[in-house]
Amino acid sequence: MSSGSHAEHGDHGHGDHGHSDHHDDGHAHGSMKDYVTGFILSVILTAIPFWLVMTDALANDQMTGMVIMAFAVVQIVVHMIYFLHMNSRSEGGWTMMALIFTIILVVITMTGSLWVMYHLNTNMMPMSHDMSQMP
Amino acid sequence: MADISLNLNTADGRPLYHLAEEPHHPEGSSTMLGFWLYLMSDCLIFAILFATYGVLGANYAAGPSPKDLFDLKLIALNTAMLLFSSITYGFAMLEMQKGRTGTTQLWLAVTGLFGLAFLGIELYEFAHLIHEGATPQRSAFLSTFFTLVGTHGLHVTFGLIWLVTLMVQVSRRGLVPANKRRLMCLSLFWHFLDVIWIGVFTFVYLMGMLR
Repeated sequence: MSSGSHAEHGDHGHGDHGHSDHHDDGHAHGSMKDYVTGFILSVILTAIPFWLVMTDALANDQMTGMVIMAFAVVQIVVHMIYFLHMNSRSEGGWTMMALIFTIILVVITMTGSLWVMYHLNTNMMPMSHDMSQMP
Repeated sequence: MADISLNLNTADGRPLYHLAEEPHHPEGSSTMLGFWLYLMSDCLIFAILFATYGVLGANYAAGPSPKDLFDLKLIALNTAMLLFSSITYGFAMLEMQKGRTGTTQLWLAVTGLFGLAFLGIELYEFAHLIHEGATPQRSAFLSTFFTLVGTHGLHVTFGLIWLVTLMVQVSRRGLVPANKRRLMCLSLFWHFLDVIWIGVFTFVYLMGMLR
């Protein structure tokens, strides 16, 4: 009955098993597969934008800009899933809520600033000459 | 417990609503959520710096533009260093979960070396720019560039200090629950810095070359 005594973990020889099995934190962990998948995807998603810009493969700057921004967004999502182990369950969903809230604030900050300041620039530039003539 | 719920009124007749005893949580059970919230607030700092760069990044004041300054091969190398450090930190976390102190320390050391390489390359780049006269005072573009990329570099520096501190902690106390929790916090921090770097190399360097 050697297998039976092995399963019981009762003897001193297997004391370390019970120790390492016990999880005290309850947070999402990655596996080797997660990290390697994330790494390979990241390498691909980094290499393509660099290649596009360095070789000017698309021959259209605006198009290239849109494509590399899209690659960046995809790579950020890859990092979030495979390296930061984001999911909707950890901490009862509060990490995801905080992330969504932050993304909303980031989008408002970025688009708001760029949009407003761009229009400010394009509208003010030609007028600045006339404005100085005004009383 | 029963006497707590029965004691409903204070001396002047107002009801009493506080719990006599705080509910017990295990030590550190809220640390990961709290650290995540810190990272999100850090994310907002970077969002503001990115927005500032986006607004002012085209104001060269007749000075050098990104095309004159940036060397994409150097940036690609830098990106690779940070990406390698991300996966080696992942390996350290996997070893930590298996409870192997030695290999955890080894992967942490490798992560630290990649982090140092990243910082070294970045400092070399900054020194090169300043040597060419592209100092933060030169134009609004360079001020915002140095602020954004420098803030990221500063984060990496503090991450490295934290990494060394934790390696000393682990060598002294081993992989006790408190140290595991700290390593998981640093894991979030380190991967978060890599996420910010994706934004930096795309928005600052690659988009800069397209201007």
